[in-house]
Amino acid sequence: MNIYIQPEYEVVRDRDRCIACRVCERQCANLVHSYDAETGKMQADSTQCVNCHRCVCVCPTHALKIVKSDDTYKINGNWDNQTINEVYRQANSGGVLLSSMGNPKDYPVFWDKMLINASQVTNPPIDPLREPMETQLWLGKRTAKIERDEKGRLKNTLAPQLKLKVPIMFSAMSYGSISYNAHESLARAAEELGTYYNTGEGGLHKDFYKYGKNTIVQVASGRFGVYKDYLDAAAAIEIKMGQGAKPGIGGHLPGAKISADVSETRMIPQGVDAISPAPHHDIYSIEDLRQLVYSLKEATDYKKPVIVKIAAVHNCAAIASGIARSGADIIAIDGYRGGTGAAPTRIRDNVGIPIELALAQVDQRLREEGIRDEVSIVVGGSVRSSADVVKAIALGADACYIGTAALLALGCHLCRTCQTGKCNWGIATQRPDLVKRLNPDIGYKRLVNLVTAWNHEIQEMMGGMGINSVEALRGNRLMLRGIGLTDTELSVLGIKYAGESM
Amino acid sequence: MKRIYVNEKWCLGCHLCEYECAFANSGVTDMVKALKGKKIHPNIRVEDRGDVHFAVNCRHCTDAICVRSCIAGALSFDGEMVRIDQNKCVGCLTCVLVCPYGAILPDDEGHVAQKCMLCTNNFTQEPNCVRHCLNNAIVYEERD
Ligand code: SF4
Ligand code: SF4
Ligand code: SF4
Ligand code: SF4
Repeated sequence: MNIYIQPEYEVVRDRDRCIACRVCERQCANLVHSYDAETGKMQADSTQCVNCHRCVCVCPTHALKIVKSDDTYKINGNWDNQTINEVYRQANSGGVLLSSMGNPKDYPVFWDKMLINASQVTNPPIDPLREPMETQLWLGKRTAKIERDEKGRLKNTLAPQLKLKVPIMFSAMSYGSISYNAHESLARAAEELGTYYNTGEGGLHKDFYKYGKNTIVQVASGRFGVYKDYLDAAAAIEIKMGQGAKPGIGGHLPGAKISADVSETRMIPQGVDAISPAPHHDIYSIEDLRQLVYSLKEATDYKKPVIVKIAAVHNCAAIASGIARSGADIIAIDGYRGGTGAAPTRIRDNVGIPIELALAQVDQRLREEGIRDEVSIVVGGSVRSSADVVKAIALGADACYIGTAALLALGCHLCRTCQTGKCNWGIATQRPDLVKRLNPDIGYKRLVNLVTAWNHEIQEMMGGMGINSVEALRGNRLMLRGIGLTDTELSVLGIKYAGESM
Repeated sequence: MKRIYVNEKWCLGCHLCEYECAFANSGVTDMVKALKGKKIHPNIRVEDRGDVHFAVNCRHCTDAICVRSCIAGALSFDGEMVRIDQNKCVGCLTCVLVCPYGAILPDDEGHVAQKCMLCTNNFTQEPNCVRHCLNNAIVYEERD
């Protein structure tokens, strides 16, 4: 027997405002709302509600709200309602709990415990509206050697670089985990913004080859969709070793999401589960990684930077040092808050470390070893605002990846049920009737708006510090001060406490 | 000339435009007061079949068959759109019969015809269906 579990959230309808237009009913893929012809009134079945707020947003009279249920088991400091329900759920099903999006637990957010400096008197701030304020940057190795040809002219020995107009790129999200229209929105926004989106491990849809110069293609453990044209189309190639939401484990896209189109793009049979193994079966050491890095470089004529992406884990500084020596041009680190289309709940919520700490340690280690210029560092895994971007750069990042923030711009309400494939916002779904809810003409504009707004804010914060380029801010930890942090946390972050002077 | 176009590819079949139209033309500025407990008679209707949805309203044909067939001279094309003068309409509903789009219909009481005048005749002053379409499926634009 299954134990009934009371829903965590309840749909509340203001009967005085509801005009029974049934728009909510037509827009809820979870079939929560229904119209009772006898009474002429709308009904709601809260047990099916995932709290995605689609109905709340589309109701023309704002008659709806979703509230946290006040139903509760006997209050228990150790066994909270959710913990108890998860036990019931597993006892009901015998299955591994699945979740999606980033780790939602109440761990400290170190971004919020760092404050940014501003200039006063001695080193005047800069007004970004009147003076140049550079947010353009290049990612790649900065280790050009001075070499001359027989005529004595300088040879260009600089490794291939990725030019970004803004210090923000869109994180890897595969076609399959997100929809065609979400991908089109990301691709078009990246093109307009002069930045990059990332195919994730799902291959590159044939319609999107035209955005190649703004595309980073991923080579992951499943090798889905990887072939010569795929590599050739891209601006850079990313080897995915790990993902912040699920370090140490592979991926599993259920067969139900492998539509004809997804199957063609991933180059796997339709309707069959797409399994990405936990390791790359040909990589068990930095030397093996080096082979893949150079195979990919060889295949693309040494014209494209190669990124190696890892999850932020306990030993990431040493791992990053190895990666910097593997020939990779860029290291991407994904923090434990990073999103996913589906991950085992226990892994998502308990494995990995915060990106702020990982970043500080990786940058520190690479500097100490004198190899910081061998690679650029890109961080993701919950960069939520322009302030987070500024702090990340000051801690040592070259640029940031945003995933969840980009999806929020597209309408995502963090209901965290992507794994069901019934995203009411047309993002994490392949159901044609839902996919069409995301019109890329609207979506791409919203992404452009978001990143443009952040870029203005970044310029303002940099101006306040009297710094006129992101290159000059990079690794400038004196621009940060900690608040509410322990000595150990300060030393891991490599920053001083608020009130301590230079 | 600017016209309302519906892109079937993006129409979700939510029927929101029907309510926004009924509201715009209700003469009441509060949607709840305007529509609560009422049966609506909008100038735009969403046709659904399976997964295909399509909102239909007046095409504002330059040589409109409704204008030609009106026995009372209530319908006219003013260079911009097809207008109705409900004071002249005698309620014969010939126009309703002849419109190939089913875009002109009897009003709430059924005594005269009513049709879309691009919201120029109500307080919204811009096509309300376009303004509130969730997915930019209904657009108001110039096309050749
Ligand atoms: S699942 Fe989403 S659309 Fe459906 S009732 Fe809940 S919040 Fe509304
Ligand atoms: S969308 Fe709002 S007004 Fe329409 S039926 Fe639902 S709750 Fe009522
Ligand atoms: S992408 Fe869709 S399903 Fe996933 S959290 Fe966002 S709204 Fe929910
Ligand atoms: S333009 Fe105005 S009157 Fe015409 S269909 Fe749209 S809402 Fe109705």
